[in-house]
Amino acid sequence: MTAASSSPTRDRQGRPLVAITGAGIVTSLGQGKADNWQALTQGRSGVHRITRFETSNLRTTIAATVDFLPDATSCAPVLSERLAVLAAEEAIAQSGIGHLPADGKPGNFPGSLFLAVPPVEIEWPQRIALARASGKTSDISYADLLRTATSGAFAEWHDLFLFGTTADRLTERFGIGGSPISLSTACSSGATAIQLGVEAIRRGETQAALAIGTDGSVHVEALVRFSLLSALSTNNDNPEGASRPFSKNRDGFVMGEGAGALVLEDYDAARARGATILGFVAGCGEHGDGFHRTRTSPDGAPAIAAIREAITDAGLTPDDIDYINAHGTSTPENDKMESLASTAVFGERASLVPISSNKSMVGHTLSAAGAVEAVFSLLTLLHGRLPPTINYEIPDPAIALDVVPNVARDANVKRVLSNSFGFGGQNTCLVLTSEPTA
Amino acid sequence: MSNSPARDVWITGIGLVSNLGEGRQAHLAALDEDNPPQIDTDSFAPFPVHPVAPLEWGEQIPKKADQRQMENWQKLGVYTAGLALEDAGIPRDDPLRQQMHMIVSAGGGERDYAVDGQILSGIASAENPDAFLNERLMSDLRPTLFLAQLSNLLAGNIAIVHGVTGASRTFMGEEQAGVDAVRVAHARIEAAQGDIFLVGGSYNAERADALLIYELGGYLWKEHYASVWDRPGEGGGFILGSGAAFLVLEAREHAEARGAKPLAVLRGVSSNQPRRHPGSVGNSVEKLWADSAKAFRGIGGAVFSGATGVAGITEEERGSLTKLVPRIPVHSTGDLFGNTLEAQFPLGLALATTALEAGRLHQAVVTSVGHKRGEGLALLEAAPNGSRSA
Repeated sequence: MTAASSSPTRDRQGRPLVAITGAGIVTSLGQGKADNWQALTQGRSGVHRITRFETSNLRTTIAATVDFLPDATSCAPVLSERLAVLAAEEAIAQSGIGHLPADGKPGNFPGSLFLAVPPVEIEWPQRIALARASGKTSDISYADLLRTATSGAFAEWHDLFLFGTTADRLTERFGIGGSPISLSTACSSGATAIQLGVEAIRRGETQAALAIGTDGSVHVEALVRFSLLSALSTNNDNPEGASRPFSKNRDGFVMGEGAGALVLEDYDAARARGATILGFVAGCGEHGDGFHRTRTSPDGAPAIAAIREAITDAGLTPDDIDYINAHGTSTPENDKMESLASTAVFGERASLVPISSNKSMVGHTLSAAGAVEAVFSLLTLLHGRLPPTINYEIPDPAIALDVVPNVARDANVKRVLSNSFGFGGQNTCLVLTSEPTA
Repeated sequence: MSNSPARDVWITGIGLVSNLGEGRQAHLAALDEDNPPQIDTDSFAPFPVHPVAPLEWGEQIPKKADQRQMENWQKLGVYTAGLALEDAGIPRDDPLRQQMHMIVSAGGGERDYAVDGQILSGIASAENPDAFLNERLMSDLRPTLFLAQLSNLLAGNIAIVHGVTGASRTFMGEEQAGVDAVRVAHARIEAAQGDIFLVGGSYNAERADALLIYELGGYLWKEHYASVWDRPGEGGGFILGSGAAFLVLEAREHAEARGAKPLAVLRGVSSNQPRRHPGSVGNSVEKLWADSAKAFRGIGGAVFSGATGVAGITEEERGSLTKLVPRIPVHSTGDLFGNTLEAQFPLGLALATTALEAGRLHQAVVTSVGHKRGEGLALLEAAPNGSRSA
């Protein structure tokens, strides 16, 4: 900090302010903030029929996959890394911090990495290749795969399918020091990555953090797993209309892929280096739920606690929130619970505070969702425009919210609440603001 | 950063389970060489594994329905988390559990081996292999298997079974995930970003898909049992081990306010993940020592090393320890537990805590050198004013 002589800027709890100085995004709508924002505010859907793999015998045959990159692959760690790299490059370039990789040399990001990444395991193409290489044609078991593995011919798959590899490759590429954190809190992972970065800056451990959520895991078994839990929309005939958050006829979520990245910085350090401040992560809230493995507490208490904690942590009250970026998965249960939680927290204002779901267009980007939606929340602040909830044709009478139906809307937005809820009782909420709340 | 001084971090409860048994006594006996490590050389021959000691799941997971919803890696963790909570004196109905934060280090899995085998056996002759795969997965996979595979569902199950619901985060990334879970919890308590944390991990080695990922990389030790320090000369490698450890980490003032006694003090934790090259592990261990273990005085101290036995990095770590503390006993947690990946560092801490609490040591350093990446180190000290059991 060059401004050492003046007193450091602190929030109401005496902590450093956490500024956002760079943001990057890739979704099924495109690569980069400009393309994504245009598509999102035009109400365009990124959901389509799956062409990446055979879909016969599947109940769901649609997804919001990222298919426009050359040499597309459906190997989750490979695609997840690729999406993370694209989002991170955009975020770091915008922030102007350190330097990007160039001329075959790694970059130099002066901070820590927090990466939300899908859990990995060996996938079917690898299992099948090992089985084939075993020479056996019947009664194949893991003993045969193990014998084949001993040859060493498939050694690269060891590293590819370790949980820590994606983060390790990113730290190497971007020249990030320290021990990177790879994390999963299911569908709230992206928000948790941001929260960990905020905490590290607030406690003075680092002055900059790169928080990324990435997910390129739409492969056949991943889809089958969600399908068997009856979590997915089966509206295969109308892919673009399948994700219908808050509508009465919503029937499940649509899997999506993408990545979102934020460069977070100590506000004083960012100003000292002359960075453009895009906004702030002013508050984070989190609460667990011990009710059920996939279902949330019917009374919404943990979600309510997480929302309240995020707002309080930002030094605000519910009346200060101008817009909510919903978790809004389009499953019957989530949207009902989220509406209940909103009503509990915002009271009479609940039906007046606009709330929209990006997932109506980009699907549920799972491990990436919290980060992707934080980037969209930031763009909402910067552009003063609320992205719509599309496919809102049949209102659910049980959900009396202003969901910004079908068409984007200009609005004066200074403070956004972004919700993320996930399997395993995960509830993480962020408050993003355009001005410091100190 | 707030200007208030860093708060002391106490360890007020531990749970540990391994091939050596359950709880403190079994593990103290192992340190005394009265309880040799158990090795199963038959079930997955030619790969030995350290099997987990038999457990009565119902002791910590009363509902059969809960047990059915988990695979063994999760059950092991949930069971052991229950031991730690009990040890910390926080009963099931204590509202404190609703404020506890969790940081869990976890991998994932497990597979339905029969289903996988049938698919692999049938797919080569299927008319349309992709359609065959889809059909078999849709009809043969148990819907709830997914929940037994998801990394964050260990923490999720701890929330359900034990009611720990303040917050829940899951770190992934093999050995280093265990180090960073402890490091971040420690840093947050020091900085008053939380008062009480349940931290730990679990690993089930007795599964073919776990063996497969490490055999692909050529990391598995297939010879007669040898100490990790002796393996590099014969090519190196590790034996996977089943086990779990959880610790309750607590701000000193929080513990004092509820009348909880410390088992040990967690003085410092650091980690790093520099790119590996010859010499990098030795340098990294020395740097971490300078960061976190400068207060290690030596007398009445011991090191609990997480060395894996992988050639190169194992000798480098030993060389650095010899240079740093030439006359201090070095216990190998790899010899005792095998490699329990995400659970290894928490197990090392739990073992060190056990020795400190029993009055065997004044100070302990626990190290981790991941088989592929990442190094970590922690300094623990005996509790002030003697141990809890004294």
